[in-house]
Amino acid sequence: MSLIEFLGEYWRLLMSGTGITVVQFLLGAILTVGLALLFGLMKMSSNRLIKNSSVVYIEVFRGTSLLVQLYWIFFVLPLFGITLEKFTAGWVAIGLNAGAYGAELVRGGIMAVPKGQWEAATAINMSAARRMWRIILPQALVNMLPAWGNLMVEILKGTALVSLISVTDLMFQAKQINASTYMSAQIFGTALIIYYILARFLLTPFMRWLEGFMARKLGRA
Amino acid sequence: MEDMSGFPQEITGKDKPMVSFRKVRKAYGSLLVLDDLDLDVSAGEMVSIIGPSGSGKTTVLRMLMTLEEINGGAIYVDGKPLTHMIQGDKLVPASEKHLRNRRSDIGMCFQHFNLFPHMTAIQNCMEGPVQVLGLSKEEARDRGEELLELVGMADKRDQHPSRLSGGQQQRVAIARALAMRPKVMLFDEVTSALDPEVIGEVTNVIRKLVAEHNLTMLMVTHQMGFARDISDRVCFFYDGKIEEQGPPVELFGNPQRERTQQFLSAVKEAV
Repeated sequence: MSLIEFLGEYWRLLMSGTGITVVQFLLGAILTVGLALLFGLMKMSSNRLIKNSSVVYIEVFRGTSLLVQLYWIFFVLPLFGITLEKFTAGWVAIGLNAGAYGAELVRGGIMAVPKGQWEAATAINMSAARRMWRIILPQALVNMLPAWGNLMVEILKGTALVSLISVTDLMFQAKQINASTYMSAQIFGTALIIYYILARFLLTPFMRWLEGFMARKLGRA
Repeated sequence: MEDMSGFPQEITGKDKPMVSFRKVRKAYGSLLVLDDLDLDVSAGEMVSIIGPSGSGKTTVLRMLMTLEEINGGAIYVDGKPLTHMIQGDKLVPASEKHLRNRRSDIGMCFQHFNLFPHMTAIQNCMEGPVQVLGLSKEEARDRGEELLELVGMADKRDQHPSRLSGGQQQRVAIARALAMRPKVMLFDEVTSALDPEVIGEVTNVIRKLVAEHNLTMLMVTHQMGFARDISDRVCFFYDGKIEEQGPPVELFGNPQRERTQQFLSAVKEAV
């Protein structure tokens, strides 16, 4: 079977797997951004309890393996009465894991905003919440976008792990096809290229565009 | 906690000062920056603060803007305590809520302008009125445009700060502070970061404010000529204290204290 015939035979499965991968990525990324903002801000709180719960979250999810976290969420949590469907367990685990990394990016981005900006906002008597939301965060976002580009690529690649709890993503389909055809080089080669195209030709250009867009909003470009 | 029993809960009377520092002390660790500072500024008065670096000049303004906490004494604005609030019949250190209530009387311009870079000139001026004072966007825009007109920046209203020169940014910053309608304006070395040829455009705006508006102003500056021209009073700070103060003609023309004389002659040589 030539590669063309092979792809003609299996492209539907590969495309459906790619679709699932993209959805897993998008949901995981949205959760990541939300958690990163929440725990990044919490880590800067002067309230001990709030700050420490953020530290614990970051330590746990950054300090342990994503695969183990995924198994915990899918296999162990049901023992405590929390049952997640495998599809949900997949992107939730990804979001929780990457959110811990993102929280540090958020904190770093906020700390990089010059002190004069905080003072100027205080001088026009803004409340702490409005100062953060209107003045500091928009500038912090621009500071941290390049690092977020990296994290997004990591999230995309990380989604391959959800195949291990039988979410029918690209990696899962590739393994299925391999099991029935033994054409390992062709199928895993194709999967590799699809991941690369997603990361290199869709995700990265989008993040670049976003950086440029935000820079223009700041009047820097 | 510090015993505040010697401090009034309110300063009253027809001639009550707009700003009053009472025995204000400020230290960074073991370094004493301000030592029992007493300073009253009348309503409508323009007071310049001069002195060598490290003498505590900027700290005076930053404490008044509540950007720095004080370590002793109390500051009053318009007769009411700023750094403290009344609880029962005692003065206790101010809460954030109290500060937010009282801070609206004061506006400040910084050495490095600190304009919000993600907003245009007019948006910088509208931010406080809309977000803090609760004005409608139309009202805030009218007010902002009027003030940008006053500082001669109306034609740059839609430019981001990165497109403006230092002098232009500082003029927008003055408009932004005025948009909050403060009773007291603070200028913290507002010309120190500027190229020499644009200093005049900023000092001219301040001159105009002094001439046409009844604002109380405190200005930290290294420009002796400017301070001499426009101040009602000049305070020479040395080592965390007011070493000498008086009308500019007297302080510059006939300084009494040796340190003042040394400082002024050193400054003159530098020019």
